[in-house]
Amino acid sequence: MIKEYKTLCDIAGPIIVADGIEECSFGELVEIILPDGSVRKGEVLEAKSNRALVQIYEGTEDLNMGNTRIRFTGKPVEIKLSPDIIGRIFSGFGEPIDQGGPIIAETTKSILGDPINPYARDYPSEFIQTGISAIDGLNTLVRGQKLPIFSGAGLPHNDLALQIARQAKVLGKQDRFAVVFGAIGVTFEESNQFIESLRDSGALERSVLFINLASDPVIERISVPRFVMTTAEYLAFELDIHVLVILTDITNYCEALREVAAARKEIPGRRGYPGYMYTNLASIYERCGRIKGKKGSITTMPILTMPDDDKTHPIPDLSGYITEGQIFVSRSLHAKSIYPPIDVLPSLSRLKDKGIGKDKTREDHANVMNQLFAAYARGREVQELAVILGESALTPTDKHYMKFADAFEKHYVNQGFFEDRSIQETMDIGWEMLSILPASELTRVKDEFIQQYYQSKGNEK
Amino acid sequence: MEYGKIVSISGPLIIAENLPDSKMYEVVRVGKEKLFGEIIEMHGKQVFIQCYEETLGLKPGEPVQLEGFPLSVQLGPGLISSIYDGIQRPLELIFDQFGSFIARGIDVPPLSSKKTWKFIPLKQKGDEVSAGDKMGYVQETPSLKHYIMVPPGIQGTIVEIKEVEATIQDTVVILRTKDEEKMEINMVQTWPVRRKRPVKHKIVPNKPFVTGQRVVDTFFPVAEGGTACVPGPFGSGKTVIQHQLAKWADADIIVYVGCGERGNEMTDVLMEFPHLKDPKTGRFLMERTVLIANTSNMPVAAREASVFSGITIAEYFRDMGYKVALMADSTSRWAEAMREISGRLEEMPGEEGYPAYLSSRIASFYERAGKVQTLADEPGSLSVIGAVSPPGGDLSEPVVQSTLRVVKVFWSLEATLAYARHFPAIHWLNSYSLYQKLADQNFEKEVDARWSKDREMAMSILQKEAELQEIVRLVGTDALSEKEKLVLLTAKSIKEDFLHQNAFDDVDTYTSPQKQFLMLHNIIYLHQLAEQYIEKGLNTHEVENFAIREKIGRVKYIPESEMERCNLADPIKESFEKWETQHKESSQ
Ligand SMILES: Nc1ncnc2c1ncn2[C@@H]1O[C@H](COP(=O)(O)OP(=O)(O)OP(=O)(O)O)[C@@H](O)[C@H]1O
Ligand SMILES: [Mg+2]
Repeated sequence: MIKEYKTLCDIAGPIIVADGIEECSFGELVEIILPDGSVRKGEVLEAKSNRALVQIYEGTEDLNMGNTRIRFTGKPVEIKLSPDIIGRIFSGFGEPIDQGGPIIAETTKSILGDPINPYARDYPSEFIQTGISAIDGLNTLVRGQKLPIFSGAGLPHNDLALQIARQAKVLGKQDRFAVVFGAIGVTFEESNQFIESLRDSGALERSVLFINLASDPVIERISVPRFVMTTAEYLAFELDIHVLVILTDITNYCEALREVAAARKEIPGRRGYPGYMYTNLASIYERCGRIKGKKGSITTMPILTMPDDDKTHPIPDLSGYITEGQIFVSRSLHAKSIYPPIDVLPSLSRLKDKGIGKDKTREDHANVMNQLFAAYARGREVQELAVILGESALTPTDKHYMKFADAFEKHYVNQGFFEDRSIQETMDIGWEMLSILPASELTRVKDEFIQQYYQSKGNEK
Repeated sequence: MEYGKIVSISGPLIIAENLPDSKMYEVVRVGKEKLFGEIIEMHGKQVFIQCYEETLGLKPGEPVQLEGFPLSVQLGPGLISSIYDGIQRPLELIFDQFGSFIARGIDVPPLSSKKTWKFIPLKQKGDEVSAGDKMGYVQETPSLKHYIMVPPGIQGTIVEIKEVEATIQDTVVILRTKDEEKMEINMVQTWPVRRKRPVKHKIVPNKPFVTGQRVVDTFFPVAEGGTACVPGPFGSGKTVIQHQLAKWADADIIVYVGCGERGNEMTDVLMEFPHLKDPKTGRFLMERTVLIANTSNMPVAAREASVFSGITIAEYFRDMGYKVALMADSTSRWAEAMREISGRLEEMPGEEGYPAYLSSRIASFYERAGKVQTLADEPGSLSVIGAVSPPGGDLSEPVVQSTLRVVKVFWSLEATLAYARHFPAIHWLNSYSLYQKLADQNFEKEVDARWSKDREMAMSILQKEAELQEIVRLVGTDALSEKEKLVLLTAKSIKEDFLHQNAFDDVDTYTSPQKQFLMLHNIIYLHQLAEQYIEKGLNTHEVENFAIREKIGRVKYIPESEMERCNLADPIKESFEKWETQHKESSQ
């Protein structure tokens, strides 16, 4: 039974406390009715015998102790789902905001979801060709992976995410595919760029969008990723669709969490973010993956802008500890006009090893990848050395590495926004780069591959 | 049956009243769905409970029921190859019965009570037995005898014992105790996870725990019954190292605890281990492994319990006289779980919000490792290797610091090495092992008398290199003498040809101590000869171009079965002699 109270006794930040409550449950959805009849939504954060502590998604502005009514709905925050949600646009709280009218639910689900049984998981191993060499060749993405983009303010992370969304394919397969997009506190322009680009590539009819703009209620941002992941789970595990989730910007999400924690006077963790932020982020990211016996999958690319480009900041740091790698967008490569400005050294795809090799990409992939990494790391050291000592101080081998590093950035990493490279092309460019070095330097490549692919130009030994 | 009543719910913390008979750490069932919980504090009438399951939808007023026992695990045949959550619920059976997602209030016993095992007696009627004695065994896997021991605290004379096909609940032995009481013993023991299992006494570790990982065994070895920690920033290789040890370490039993980490990493183990073979027994690795998986999205209170469930299972196998190793990935997530609960309890926080008892909890966890004389007076060991995930890779944070105070081995993973894909990214200058002496003595006896000399030499070359690199950074390589350039060259070779070890290469993934010695000796021998020949006019650039160097670099890919090919001493010597002949010719 739904009960209403007028017993607000405390308002602080996004949190209210109501007294004299006969019955409420932890996590329950609450409606706040203002004197003018408008309704706001909230969630019970603490349920006591006669008291409830409630977080209000739309904020507490204009709330009044005396004539605000609180209604306990008896159920958790839920989302209505049906195959018709595909192609639709929703608010950050799951209400349709396009012209399509209300959703007739085939099923309703709590947005919190249950954890996937680790035993039920199927290991992601299907290579996704993004057409971007720095990813396909060196930080290979596979179906069911969670691979965030770590970026900074003003860098082209959105372009990169869009290029991936547009070009991503699993070779030799024609599976059903959908994009679920969550905009968390981004500007209208950014959100619009996503919508337009999805429309241009024809992906919009296969997308579900949840939009919370910078001007929308801050606390609502906490719910966006949960609506997104619940939708993705439904599409992937009930409708057999391969889903690509894009969440932008996780930094705004974390800031909303911090706001609630501060209002509750919790003991803050590092830099004021709550101590449970790791667990909280994991409860979003870990909903991604593959499940035994299910056809669909959820691949997730959260985008986050690192405050001050600092990767030790808790938001990228905790994300990196949960996700299966990360793609670093670098300001210095961007300054050199390299697109996509992916710094491959700190970037990583942890699931690449099972997605590459014979029958998947090419038999020499792992060796070439390891060698490119090692050589570029060395090349970068030499570049730095050359800045201090001048090029003349370099040994002949060092000079090879210097040349290699420059070419690698210009030809391997750098490519066009619309350039969609096949994995063969990526591998071939890789060998072209390695062939700048003497063959004896290629210690991470097996002899047979050197014989097959190395392009000797009379510079051995 | 006594029922209390919920008065407050906040995340995993529940406060209940009306439970006058409750005891600290007693297990309770919370709410109508009977969620698992544990009493962690009591204040007056109020009992504070940490709930092991998601509390969404719980209401004040719902019942709370006392179970009468502390959080415990069940120990008996059927543990091997199982995968459990943090409170020992069997995830495979839960998947079979309830599907892909873990719903709430699921109660499935950890060990099958239907499956039968053949109990084979080791004692006879009339034998006097006491706690820890092996009365018989069950062949749990082709390579593992699961001994059935007299449970702790029990002593008596066997009045009945015979070979039977029995379930874990069936009586297999009947004892007559001192007080002339009859006691029926079955094949399952229950033990509270927060209490360590008794042993006769501890003994000082005296053997290396061979892992097949070169940087570990040669440079920073662990001992059987020793403790080690692996701190490092995200992506630096903690999990891969833990998996490598779980795969290749010389142990009879591996308990792997995935504590607050990724689901896919557990899947990885589940998919790989049934196919990989133990290099020593030739049996599948899964047949010696028990998995605990409480991933980051599973309830935090159960995460807190997971390391204790794991170590209790590990102790149980140690009590059978086995060499057991436990890997916990990551202890930081365990510490964070403690922090979260402590925060909800509004306890006075210590450093960075962690509870003041963080250090003592960490210490008492690692203290459960060790080499022991079991109650049955046999040697057994439990080695513990914990990953630590410091925020921002900052080693000064409380979990790393508390851990370093108790463990004897420190493998420092560095982001810079990981970025250059130098794996394992264990830094050779910052790491240490307090078991080095013990390992040296063993390997000198069992592998080669030159073992420690070579290692010391390699280490001094690496240290020297670090100093020389400082100079190079300032003035370039021109300022270095030939011998100094040689140090740089050899250091590079030690790093690339020896320390670097690819976990994903079929051959490179495991290296026996014998092969480790040969690999390092090749490099050191070349260095020593080069030093001598530099006096005769050889320069480092020429050494760099010796064809033999490429061969030295490829020894890692030579299979263990072709060990003789790994010894390159003769061709190395020939390279120098060839140079000498050519040098003489050209200078004539
Ligand atoms: N010995 C190794 N050989 C080859 N690759 C390795 C090795 N160790 C680590 N790697 C690479 O580094 C990646 C990250 O390693 P890992 O997952 O163990 O990091 P981690 O320290 O556990 O990170 P996190 O703290 O986020 O869990 C792996 O996916 C793998 O690609
Ligand atoms: Mg890890």
